[in-house]
Amino acid sequence: MSGRLLLLLRRDLALLLLGGRRGGAVLPLLFFLAVAMLFPFAVGPDAPLLARTGGGVIWVAALLAAILPLDRLVEPDLELGMFDQWALRGISEEAIMAVRVLAHWLSFGPPLMLAALPAAGLLGLDGERLRVVEIGLLLGTPGLAALGVMVAALTAGLRGGAALGGLLVIPLAVPLLVFGAGSLATGGESGLAFTAAVSLVLLAITPFAAGAAIRNARS
Amino acid sequence: MQECRLAAFDLACRRGDRVLFRGLSLALGAGAALHVTGANGIGKSSLIRILAGLAPAYAGSVTSEGAIGLVDERPALDPHLPLGKALDFWRAFDRAGADAVDLLGLTNLLDVPVRYLSTGQRKRAALARLIAQEVPLWLLDEPLNGLDVSAVALVEELVAAHCAGGGIAVVASHQPIALPALVALDLAVLAP
Repeated sequence: MSGRLLLLLRRDLALLLLGGRRGGAVLPLLFFLAVAMLFPFAVGPDAPLLARTGGGVIWVAALLAAILPLDRLVEPDLELGMFDQWALRGISEEAIMAVRVLAHWLSFGPPLMLAALPAAGLLGLDGERLRVVEIGLLLGTPGLAALGVMVAALTAGLRGGAALGGLLVIPLAVPLLVFGAGSLATGGESGLAFTAAVSLVLLAITPFAAGAAIRNARS
Repeated sequence: MQECRLAAFDLACRRGDRVLFRGLSLALGAGAALHVTGANGIGKSSLIRILAGLAPAYAGSVTSEGAIGLVDERPALDPHLPLGKALDFWRAFDRAGADAVDLLGLTNLLDVPVRYLSTGQRKRAALARLIAQEVPLWLLDEPLNGLDVSAVALVEELVAAHCAGGGIAVVASHQPIALPALVALDLAVLAP
């Protein structure tokens, strides 16, 4: 069983990270950096203002970047009939979805944390703010990954599912954004702890919600 | 080949608010081959999915013994991967021993990405995946679609060999298929 899950993880990573289908992990990353780059152009060279708002901008950019790969998380496998084949081999949809959350996070969480370094430079964040942003992203991106997989599974097979998925993620990601970006204003542990709590809740319910959605989409 | 059995009792299938068929009972033992026929939209594919346990029956029950392999219109092979790599994923997944690539004439296509394959070639690739899976219960949904004459004969041979080896095959197809000991089931008889 665990050997098969490793095979699944390897396939998911090859698809999501290296971009077997449509783009891979580079596109969301470039999008993230582009937002961080555009913001100073729009706001103007006011260094204190940029430093004060920069953390929030990084969070919004991260959230939007997490939406980009939504349409290739679940839908292509449903169209290919992969889920049927896995079901016949006795692999539960919950396990498949848990593996996919992990693969999705690996393909965008750590790269995003790396990209936050140049983004922080562009926005003129100081070391302390950067530390809070990085810890916040480490705690918040697993939740974003889980949310992405859950919404992708719920909207798979629907007409215009990708656009609908993007719209659904935004309100559901608000708690992560509030606590993640909010921890910058307070500079404190409490915001980060709440971010982690929201992430844990999303990680806990996603395999079951997404698995049920897949079974429902199949019949 | 492990023990296998496939039985259905008083099955009914509904799509939307229409009942497609009802009162379907069947019992297949080792070596049996069933040809499900009927016009388009009569419920052949739905029956295959119900027998596979992938779709719920509106009424009735299905019992089966032995692992199930399914070939339908979707090949379940990653379109961007070369055929060899795409098949290797399932071979590793199934810890497969049998290799039907040569048999199905796919050797020259192993480097070609799956999305460039024709309908018939994809169908043959899906059959190669099924054979490597080494399961006793074969559920084939329109396995002859897009196949040329020689490939049809080859599929008939493969299914016949599978049944001769103690397996069960259920073939849903509007095309005639020649198999020894083939039982035909016309779904039109069961339409309400």
